Amino acid sequence: MKVVLMGCGRVGGMLAGLLDEAGHQVTVLDTDSWSFRWLPRSFGGKAMVGDGTDVETLRVAGIEGADVFVATTQGDNRNVMAAQAARHIFNVPKVVCRIYDPLREELYESLGLVAMSPTKLGAEVLKDLVLGEGE
Amino acid sequence: MYIIIVGGGKVGYFLSLALLGEGHEILIIEHDANKCKAIAEDLGSVVMRGDGCEAKTLEDAGARRADLLVAVTHRDEVNLVACQVSKHKFGVPRTIARISNPKNEALFKMLGINVTVSSTNLILEHIEESLPTRSLVHLLSLEEGNLEIVEMNVMPDYPAVGKRVGEITLPENSLICLVINEAKGARVPAAESVIEAGDHIIAVTQPDREDELRAALTG
Repeated sequence: MKVVLMGCGRVGGMLAGLLDEAGHQVTVLDTDSWSFRWLPRSFGGKAMVGDGTDVETLRVAGIEGADVFVATTQGDNRNVMAAQAARHIFNVPKVVCRIYDPLREELYESLGLVAMSPTKLGAEVLKDLVLGEGE
Repeated sequence: MYIIIVGGGKVGYFLSLALLGEGHEILIIEHDANKCKAIAEDLGSVVMRGDGCEAKTLEDAGARRADLLVAVTHRDEVNLVACQVSKHKFGVPRTIARISNPKNEALFKMLGINVTVSSTNLILEHIEESLPTRSLVHLLSLEEGNLEIVEMNVMPDYPAVGKRVGEITLPENSLICLVINEAKGARVPAAESVIEAGDHIIAVTQPDREDELRAALTG
């Protein structure tokens, strides 16, 4: 599979490593080259400096013909904007983005994106841990 | 109308001022506490502190009954999301987004934002409109005679179009000395030569009569 990732933080970097290890063709974008330190040493894909909310940058990163686009920057709005460009301009079949605001998760799902809210997931896992220990 | 404005910067502030003057009900959503305070001191209680992209903030702002949402922060992605959340989650009938990167215009339209205002494009258009066409281009200064040679492109809406050179009242010490037309080539105009749209005019004038010359040709 051809995958384009936007955002190379802890999550993006690790995801890029995992997908690369699984034999996929990975390109990871970040506005700061210092972020690429989060990529594992064994990473064999492409790391590119650029802003994924810019349509031209996405094109250079090979979004045309990509099977999946994933946005994991710190900014919900940036993730959502880039994800929508990938979905609606470049017709990428699967678009996943991280959104911290859980209230917006459903909204973006209705707009054709797969949204994942670490806020909700994190809170639920933590709740289970807290209550589990008490029992 | 009830109008929500996302972003209390200069654009948001002056927009609100104008809309309040027209008697609309306004609420500004601004992230920065200091800006909120300054706006509240100036315009009264028309400002709410918060993130205009967050569903909860918009809900509290009464987005459900808003007639219009205008997003004018300096960040395109924020403006996009504020418009989308208000439209899709709260059914705001009309949304307007300010855009800084002109490339985003197509994307925003595609994503259902009713109107986009690209300040960059507007400024560019104004510059293009006023600079190369409306003004005189200096070709050469003749210091000793206090004269200069200038060029002007004749636009279709100029009053000089269709007039004979003899009919145009030029300022003192000014002369149209060459008219260049793509089809007809360059010619030295006689009094009965007619100025056409698209002509390039080369004229001699004095620096302090430039404005008069411009007025005589462009109206």
